[in-house]
Amino acid sequence: MELSLFARHDPYRWEIAPAGMMRVPAVIFASEQLIRDMDSKVYEQIRNVATLPGIVQAAYAMPDAHWGYGFPIGGVAAFDPAQGGVISAGGVGFDISCGVRTLHTGLHSADIANHAPQLADALFSRVPAGLGSTGHIHLAAGEVDDMLAGGARWAVAQGYGTPEDLLCTEEEGCISGALPQNVSGHARNRQRGEMGTLGSGNHYLEVQRVAEIHDSATAAVFGLSEGEIVVSIHCGSRGLGHQIGTEYLKKMAISAAEYGIELPDRELACAPITSALGQEYLGAMRAGINCALANRQIITHITREVFASVLPQATLRVLYDVSHNTCKEEQHLVNGTSRRLFVHRKGATRALGPGHPEVPRALRAAGQPVLIGGSMGTSSYVMTGTPQGMALSFGSACHGAGRAMSRHQAGKQWRGHQVIDDLAGRGIIIRSPSARGIAEEAPGAYKDVTAVVDAADAAGIARKVAKLVPMICIKG
Amino acid sequence: MEQAATVPRWVHFSHEADIGVRGIGRTKSEAFEQAALALTEVITETARVIAHEKVNIVCQAPDDELLLVDWLNAVIYEMATRHMLFSRFRVGITDHHLQGSAFGETIDLQRHRPAVEVKGATYTSLSVRQDPAGHWEAQCVVDV
Repeated sequence: MELSLFARHDPYRWEIAPAGMMRVPAVIFASEQLIRDMDSKVYEQIRNVATLPGIVQAAYAMPDAHWGYGFPIGGVAAFDPAQGGVISAGGVGFDISCGVRTLHTGLHSADIANHAPQLADALFSRVPAGLGSTGHIHLAAGEVDDMLAGGARWAVAQGYGTPEDLLCTEEEGCISGALPQNVSGHARNRQRGEMGTLGSGNHYLEVQRVAEIHDSATAAVFGLSEGEIVVSIHCGSRGLGHQIGTEYLKKMAISAAEYGIELPDRELACAPITSALGQEYLGAMRAGINCALANRQIITHITREVFASVLPQATLRVLYDVSHNTCKEEQHLVNGTSRRLFVHRKGATRALGPGHPEVPRALRAAGQPVLIGGSMGTSSYVMTGTPQGMALSFGSACHGAGRAMSRHQAGKQWRGHQVIDDLAGRGIIIRSPSARGIAEEAPGAYKDVTAVVDAADAAGIARKVAKLVPMICIKG
Repeated sequence: MEQAATVPRWVHFSHEADIGVRGIGRTKSEAFEQAALALTEVITETARVIAHEKVNIVCQAPDDELLLVDWLNAVIYEMATRHMLFSRFRVGITDHHLQGSAFGETIDLQRHRPAVEVKGATYTSLSVRQDPAGHWEAQCVVDV
């Protein structure tokens, strides 16, 4: 994008002054290079978000922002219900509560060196990945309601994991206020056979090595040390979340006029938080969040079983589990006043600063772990929330590299087998049911995740703690 | 991924994170059928899918554009819940009321080698219109 479109308040903060129907400014956190490379649709979309009723402070875009649906991917916006604020199904996205869970293993590189292919095969055969794969768990109708109300807590009660897992999971594994009765029969049908599955696209399970420590004090609190092996799981609420998103997007698009909401883009469909439809969606979306939390908990359990069979000396403990497609009710200081806001994060990770009561007690002094996913050959990062970030972006940071190239282009540029061979040459084992899927997800189709993370760090919205490099990737 | 410029046909177009599907037909219904083929081609090559089982689909929406999204989402729903892929579609549209059929078979992972699952049809780059030559184009981006 043209730099002249923005007022540059500091080297990593680019502001668009309110114009036309914008109620607040729009702000993008990025380096100059990332701004230059960013799709101009981000500019259009973040300005559109700034027009929505009840938006507070500013509409934000993270350094990995790219063209999304109504909201840019990497968009953050907070709304005040007392000022006509809205909730938007598009502002959460189809994959409700898609997120990353990272597990310690207690192992070091040398421990898995001779077992990596065996571990890759065992993970690939046990963790269902890709279209057409089905989970090992089939829930009866009543159990679905319990899962939607209970999230990862439900999963642990069913024997998938331990109570300690919940302590280091966002919302302690279960968001309150979920209303399973608002989740349609269609959404439930789409979830049949999908519990404990990764899905496809950019979702994965990776075995990673901690390659660099950038902040040793925080890394020590998080229990990360160089050479340690961790496992990261990236997936969401599967078919159930997708169907909730689909249904409420339509309801909100049709009813926006009734609520007197003028939409610059239909995809921004929303409803006042206090309206019947707003409350209905909120209850369904929270049930979707619980579905995602339960899903990652079940995959954790399966992963433990695999490690127990291949590397029995491993002990898998949850470092943290954080979502990047949500709308959450949070208290934030705005101009010195504490306000109850509904913060949308679409492709953006919550990044609560040190001392925040919602950060797990054991990690609280260091801030909330912010888990940034890579793409097969690229690195992932562990960051932490900062005090400044709470004021700058409602405690939000980036979520990944973001695509630099469409799936269409990537599919033309690469062949799946060639990508797998290239990565094997770098010591990265890929297991996937689809060669074409691998080509479309080739590492070269993504932006440089390090540039994104460095920009988030320099902007002050999160701080780099550790770099993770992939060893095994199970790709959906 | 693009067929020759005959009508009816389907096309994929680029979206930064995802992919756009466009159906082109002599009638609106034909454009909707082609858009559904473009949707399937995001997942697999339709030539690999045998059209031997029929699933009926009905949908209704206040306008053509929402009807296209509804139609594609209904196809996505049937694929997901029946574990099927489709390679032929029949659509009839009267006053924003659609009656359609999808013809296909149960997914065979070895034969179909699905690349990716589609989460939903979106309102991004959504349009249903007639070009100056009288051909209908129905398109939107799908989230994968």
